[in-house]
Amino acid sequence: MRHILSILIENEAGALSRVAGLFSARGYNIESLTVAPTEDATLSRMTIVTSGSDEVVEQITKQVNKLVDVVKIVDLNEGKHVERELMLVKVRAVGKDRDELKRTADIFRARVIDLTEKTYVIELTGTGNKLDAFLEALDRSLILETVRTGACGLGRGEWIIKA
Amino acid sequence: MKLSDSPHPQAIANSTEMLSGAEIVCRVLKAEGVEFLFGYPGGAVLVIYDEIYKQKAFSHILVRHEQAALHAADAYARATGRPGVALVTSGPGVTNAVTGIATAYMDSIPMVVITGQVPTHAIGQDAFQECDTVGITRPCVKHNFLVKDVADLAETLKKAFYIATTGRPGPVLVDIPKDVSAAKTPYHYPATVEMRSYRPVTKGHAGQIKKAMQMLLGAERPMIYVGGGAVLGNASEQVTELVRLLGYPCTNTLMGLGAYPASDRQFVGMLGMHGTVEANMAMQNSDVLLAIGARFDDRVIGNPTHFAAGNPTRKIVHIDIDPSSISKRVKVDVPIVGNIKDVLIELIAQLKAAEQKPNGKAIGAWWKQIEEWRSKDCLKYKKGGDIIKPQYVVEKLWEVTKGDAYVTSDVGQHQMWAAQYYRFEKPRRWINSGGLGTMGVGLPYAMGCKFAFPDADVACITGEGSIQMNIQELSTCKQYQLPIKVILLNNRYLGMVRQWQQFFHGDRHSESYMDALPDFKKLAEAYGHVGMDIEKPSDVEGALKDAFAMKDRLVFMNFITDQKENVFPMVPGGKGISEMILAEDL
Repeated sequence: MRHILSILIENEAGALSRVAGLFSARGYNIESLTVAPTEDATLSRMTIVTSGSDEVVEQITKQVNKLVDVVKIVDLNEGKHVERELMLVKVRAVGKDRDELKRTADIFRARVIDLTEKTYVIELTGTGNKLDAFLEALDRSLILETVRTGACGLGRGEWIIKA
Repeated sequence: MKLSDSPHPQAIANSTEMLSGAEIVCRVLKAEGVEFLFGYPGGAVLVIYDEIYKQKAFSHILVRHEQAALHAADAYARATGRPGVALVTSGPGVTNAVTGIATAYMDSIPMVVITGQVPTHAIGQDAFQECDTVGITRPCVKHNFLVKDVADLAETLKKAFYIATTGRPGPVLVDIPKDVSAAKTPYHYPATVEMRSYRPVTKGHAGQIKKAMQMLLGAERPMIYVGGGAVLGNASEQVTELVRLLGYPCTNTLMGLGAYPASDRQFVGMLGMHGTVEANMAMQNSDVLLAIGARFDDRVIGNPTHFAAGNPTRKIVHIDIDPSSISKRVKVDVPIVGNIKDVLIELIAQLKAAEQKPNGKAIGAWWKQIEEWRSKDCLKYKKGGDIIKPQYVVEKLWEVTKGDAYVTSDVGQHQMWAAQYYRFEKPRRWINSGGLGTMGVGLPYAMGCKFAFPDADVACITGEGSIQMNIQELSTCKQYQLPIKVILLNNRYLGMVRQWQQFFHGDRHSESYMDALPDFKKLAEAYGHVGMDIEKPSDVEGALKDAFAMKDRLVFMNFITDQKENVFPMVPGGKGISEMILAEDL
């Protein structure tokens, strides 16, 4: 089953490699990993999407928690949460495709953030499923390149993850 | 991290002093009460060595290879319970030390490892003797630090000692670039540190302890399984009290030997791959299993599926300081996370207060069954003849040392015979590499024990394969006059490899034979020690007595033993622990 883990970690050199190294050393999956400093610059927040049985995910949580730099780890699947991912897609946009691409982007509430005579760069946020659906709606031959951030998420309502 | 609000008075007095990084290292080691620093000098640590030269608070022990420095510090920690401290230089100094660090990590041994690094401006430039120390050691330390600013050094070292010795202990490494050890800063050593990201649990959950108590009292076929965590947590006394209070059988893992006295009738021997029939059968057939500071390792319970499926109604209570040890390989019914000693004190108090008593009738029947297993006498071996049996040497060693020596071992058959036949009565007397299984630890381990307890008997039980992996330390033993007794069980084979080849690989002895062995007696003499060759069973006891009578000499005893002897019982890899091969089966 897919799990989305939210990790607060000391914003120190090497902190990312401790977490990434743990996953590779113990053979855990990483579907995506995103990390950046929080409003408190001494802390980074990392979101890891992983998959495994409940027992495996429990072990992952315990092992990550054991890392000395990790302040807190929460499995967002334990409660209601929102998650978003950002994707940028560069497409070949010439002739009649130009309007069609713009219409598709509008339907998905995506935005064109760069354009040339021959290309668009389209920005889209949403859940991973939505991003997948957008790519499927495009004519594959028009996609020049894509980049995705991987998911990040927060608990809903009063569920707050703080140091 | 927050510094304590009320710093140590000493720290205030020191706060105006300007010290170099190297001076800070020495001051901190003194403040931490370090007696011995095991190390080896080199370019990146020269400034630190210069300060070591000027101080008298601790002794530096010069080994002959960095690996041995780590092992000796590790053994010092195992034997005393205090953190071992080692110092090595950058690059090859660190890579040589890695085996020692990983060995300590696998067995959760508290150590602080200080490493030199190339100057900060040279880091990442492929400088001479540069390696990514923090990167290389990351998977085999509890934590590590690279100190880039001398102003952070004292606090970082404090954190290192704190992290190494609290929670589940382990090695912590502090990498100090050469310019940082030379740079000066006002010295302030905090008395305590607090880290928001590191707060180990200490107190067990009272509700869980109550559940455990009820489960234990309701047991009909109970078993108490005690691991290295009980030794590390100094909980041997409480383990003993609990086991005697309940009247239940007790087994120790390889790492737990000595946590419960081997001479006691309630002790059913070591369990696991080379455990006794009574221990393994009681483990497999128990209805309530209390695991104390043990981790259901593959060498202990064999195949976890067989272990669980063979007895699906068994209830397991697991006390451990590390939450990640719980339900890792075997699903646990009542987990108790906490400091073992404190949890046991609470559990014992609750048991004493309880109106319910153990089920005497059921326990009596259970003991009858266990005695039946015990009557198999699975550790018996053929005595007599004119060739020395390795088990016999260990039994005689136990007699000659009155079961009171510090015994170190290397890894292989001799290690298992030492564990099976030297009946440990006290914790911290059995020093071996259980988790990583590192050949070559035996002699440096004996050094660490001898430094810690100069008046105690220290025996290193080894094989001719293992001893050659760190034999250069005989030179260190000469320099510091360490009267260790080396018990070499020389069977001219990598015995455990040969045993597996015999059982599982058609008796094809692929590269398990040691040709061209040195003359160990002469080799010991060349290093300035006493060497002995012992070839007849009738000479074993006399030779051991002679050796231990030489209080001020290292004696290297080369016992020529039976080449074909195997370690029994044996649970083949991947099998369940009740699927043992016994000597009589062959």
